[in-house]
Amino acid sequence: MTTVGVTDPQLEPRRTRASLRQRTSHPWSAFLLRRLGGLVLSFVILVIVTFLIVPLLPGDPAVVAAGDGATVEQIESTRTALGLDQPFLAQFWQYVVGVFTLDMGDSFASGTTVTAAILARLPFTAEIALLAISCMLVIGVPLGMGTALLTRGGRRAWADHLFNGITSFIFAVPNYVLATLLIFVFAIRLGWFPASGAATLGSLVLPTAAVMIGPTCVIARIVRREAAGILEQDYVRTARGWRLSTWHVNSRYVLPNLLTTTLTLAGLLLAGMLGGTVVVETVFGWPGVGKGIVDAIISRDYPMIRATILLLGMLATVLVLVVDIILALIDPRNLKAGAE
Amino acid sequence: MSKTQHSTRSIWRPGMVIGVVLMALLVLTAIIAPLFLTDAANELSENRALAPSSEHLLGTNDFGQDNLARVLVATRLTLVMTVLATLLSVAGGLVAGVAIWLAPAKVRQWCLRLLETAVAYPTLITALVIAAILLPGAGTAVIALGVAGMPGFARVTANLAQQVTNSEYFTTAKFLGVGPLRLATRHMIPGMAEPLLILSTTLFSSTLMEISALSFVGLGVQPPQYDLGSLLNDSLDALYTQPIEALGPAVMIILAAVGAMLIGDALAAHANPRTGRAWRRSRRGAKSAPANAQTDTALVRVEDLRVNYLSQGQPTELVHGIDLHIQPGEILGIVGESGSGKSLTAMSIAGLAADDLSVQARALTVAQLDMLGSPPAARLAQQIGIVYQDPGSTFTPSRTMGPQLTEVLRTHQGASRAQAREAIIQALGKVGITRPAARLRQYPHELSGGMRQRAMIASTLATGPALLIADEPTTALDVTVQIEVLRQFRRLREEYGTAILFISHDIGVVQELCDRVLVMRKGSIVEELSPQQISSRQVSHPYTRQLLDAVPVLRTGSGLVLNEEEGIRT
Repeated sequence: MTTVGVTDPQLEPRRTRASLRQRTSHPWSAFLLRRLGGLVLSFVILVIVTFLIVPLLPGDPAVVAAGDGATVEQIESTRTALGLDQPFLAQFWQYVVGVFTLDMGDSFASGTTVTAAILARLPFTAEIALLAISCMLVIGVPLGMGTALLTRGGRRAWADHLFNGITSFIFAVPNYVLATLLIFVFAIRLGWFPASGAATLGSLVLPTAAVMIGPTCVIARIVRREAAGILEQDYVRTARGWRLSTWHVNSRYVLPNLLTTTLTLAGLLLAGMLGGTVVVETVFGWPGVGKGIVDAIISRDYPMIRATILLLGMLATVLVLVVDIILALIDPRNLKAGAE
Repeated sequence: MSKTQHSTRSIWRPGMVIGVVLMALLVLTAIIAPLFLTDAANELSENRALAPSSEHLLGTNDFGQDNLARVLVATRLTLVMTVLATLLSVAGGLVAGVAIWLAPAKVRQWCLRLLETAVAYPTLITALVIAAILLPGAGTAVIALGVAGMPGFARVTANLAQQVTNSEYFTTAKFLGVGPLRLATRHMIPGMAEPLLILSTTLFSSTLMEISALSFVGLGVQPPQYDLGSLLNDSLDALYTQPIEALGPAVMIILAAVGAMLIGDALAAHANPRTGRAWRRSRRGAKSAPANAQTDTALVRVEDLRVNYLSQGQPTELVHGIDLHIQPGEILGIVGESGSGKSLTAMSIAGLAADDLSVQARALTVAQLDMLGSPPAARLAQQIGIVYQDPGSTFTPSRTMGPQLTEVLRTHQGASRAQAREAIIQALGKVGITRPAARLRQYPHELSGGMRQRAMIASTLATGPALLIADEPTTALDVTVQIEVLRQFRRLREEYGTAILFISHDIGVVQELCDRVLVMRKGSIVEELSPQQISSRQVSHPYTRQLLDAVPVLRTGSGLVLNEEEGIRT
């Protein structure tokens, strides 16, 4: 057996090449190129996966897609609608062209084009997601930072236990259980907000709350942990050595250093909320994309399924990219992340 | 096999006990309930939508089935599906993770980046794709969540494998010629087992919630089968008329989720004991007499300074009653090894002791400011400048140098942005920093360590403090940079008459710079010396002699001799 040294012979030339690249190109363009490359790759994979949903259906896809008890004509029309009568590669080509021209066929269920159906639903989901993420940051960040300040240096152990207990319990309650509870208390018992639909502004309250409460606990916990670490940093001591007011230290020296983690997490939680909206929209009968995909799967509306999953997947990917770009803007050291 | 004990605390803390009891109860329910309650749960009867009674504790549903029995019976399907899906994720994730780790570097990078993106996807959406292909049902739900959980597990496995491979014990074992199989079974797997076990627990908890979510929206278990998720969904329709029906499934899901979470948290806390560190509250004890009416000229006056660390209610005294004074324009050095209390003394004088320390003294004044009370911030900031040990971390990484260096000028001395900028550019020039205006727009990490330290000195220079506290300011710097920084300190005193409290473990550096030197050991001052006494080695305390002997000495003819061992014996 050959003894393997610590140095990897491949390591040397690679390092030189990387440093060469860094010297010759601007860090931002290299960064954006790399990230856009990743984005394109993700999109390609998404397009392939969503395309494969139909050919992968067990048995004769047309029979499955047409549903139980479909007549022969119905099966044949489904076959034509999904392009299943054409050769495999032609189907794929047609699908790719459809993706780029935003023409992804007609929805089986509604009869309108898939694009129109999704565009009609998208604003509803966007409304909930954006409102939820804003509430999450507005509540979660001060809560986490406040707890960190209250308990700094091990003071007020009770506040620490209270905070941990409450946030981890609430986080453990799944959003659909929370939604059921919210409906029971605020819609049925108290009658403050409607239990379902999107008729009034008040209809927004319960779905948003159900989507947001769990992630708020997550962000509060992370912010608290990060803030506790930052409060022990030398640069906070430096700022205290300059005798800056507590507010000044917290807002200029603690908070900005929290933002990196918080924004990363917020972006990922927003991506995760896309899943949360699926459940919550179904409970509240909210006419968004999430309810759309559930209805589409139940009614086997394949053009709609493909397009919605493609959209949700792309949204999640773009969110991750946006988070990376914001991170690089805040702290240029992040430009180099993932370069090797 | 040796058992490593990295934590003296028992794993059986309250959270763990509650979690295990909850999970045990659920498992028992899942095993026993279907044996006895299947009839009551499934049989249609005329007792439709009954209110809770002694016979039907949670009432009955619209089909006359007992709600409690249904919840207890449904627990089995939920748990079975969750276990299977988790096993699928773990198995798939392990295989994929190890495969990625074994792959060539280029492929590994790509795979890891792909996994990164896949992990960011909501698992429920991945599960929806599979539910769309395989058509809703219990088996589909298991496969869907099993697959959806794989990327996360694979990523952690690959990263852990990487970590273990890079670890010293693994490299050593490899270097010693340990075979690949033994390497994997003895070093690889034990190194990864604990974190992967914790991750599996978390995965179990989230899979349970997601599987129930899938059933809840109607894409999981299909009638006539039912699990907790679909029961909760059924109860939604009856929420107006029979809200008690929702109670069973809701409570059961929460119990399962909380139980798994408690176990996961306890395991994680056990593996990483730092998270549960027990700190005690503390307060600065200002039991001092008011600053006394001494009329002498000292700038800094410290009498009987005691610093206590408060831990577990029993204060540990770290500094045992120190007396010292510094005249205006004097440079006083304090030397001692790390842990001798010299930094604690310096930070106490600066009024910046850490939160868990209590500072007491008969007198503690700097430029007529009583440091035991709460002197005005603006005067403190102007009178006391501080230079810290590690210039790498003294500036916040998220702001450029300009606003940080001018903070005192702008906040406490009412300078405008432009005035402050002008002042700091001048000061930077004085400490020998080239292109000062451009430096102000740079981030701390773009400057070298020596440059950051000189910038720090420049910022105190701009405010003209009466006292500069320098806590090991040259320790983190190269020797040539050290000399340059020391020169700046001397200039500061000569040009502005600033007194300096200079803390160092290097008696050679202190001797170069200081007018007087205090030697500290174990929280007490053992000796006071002049630089001449140090250079001629006229020291009386054996500890001071040790410190002197620890300095590399150039001996004629014999080259550089490091004689630390000899010194201890003298």
